[in-house]
Amino acid sequence: MSRGESSTPLAKVRGLGSAHHGGHHWLEERFTSVALIFLSLWLLFSLVMLPALDRGTVGEWLGSAWGAIPMALFIVTAFKHGLDGLKVAVDDYVHDDGTRIGIHFFLTMAAIAGAAVSLFALAKIAFGAN
Amino acid sequence: MVGLAVLAWWLAALAAGEEAYAQFSAVAQHWTGMIVLVGLTWAFWQHLFSGLRHLVLDTGSGYELRVNRFWAVMTLVFSLFATALTWFYLVGVGQ
Repeated sequence: MSRGESSTPLAKVRGLGSAHHGGHHWLEERFTSVALIFLSLWLLFSLVMLPALDRGTVGEWLGSAWGAIPMALFIVTAFKHGLDGLKVAVDDYVHDDGTRIGIHFFLTMAAIAGAAVSLFALAKIAFGAN
Repeated sequence: MVGLAVLAWWLAALAAGEEAYAQFSAVAQHWTGMIVLVGLTWAFWQHLFSGLRHLVLDTGSGYELRVNRFWAVMTLVFSLFATALTWFYLVGVGQ
């Protein structure tokens, strides 16, 4: 809470220490990055190891719990990590508050929409709508 | 970002049906699609190794100029090698 223009610099700062929330986003980005080491390598190795990448083979793989569950985790974690990373880049280069918040809003909606489309498609495959 | 878009498209095509998946496959196997996929593979490995490097840097070690430069260069070496290896296996399985 600001104490107004007339107060001295010291008075403005006194009692307004760190809110202790600053590290939260930083830490969350590390969490998703560590999770993605495993999830992304799992995805890449699975794709390389599949005997073929035709619709039947891939559908069967994602139809099993061993395919669908890590894939769901990958989708959520990867979109979250991507969103976090883009927001940091925007924070670094966009200095106007209004523009920055607008871009953050757009990025958040895009990430959620992308994750929703992916999860819905995965659910459809996993629960066998074919 | 391109990777996530391709992932969403791939899953959606898979869910949508035979025709949509055939359309995706045709684009993916076209030479322009292949360039994108190879690029994505390289971007993935580079991001992974660079990310690992930064997780180490986050612990506060590796800031000596010589050490820092060495691992920065190594992420590029590793990522190029891993990309080549990935596609070697992918193409090998296809034959």
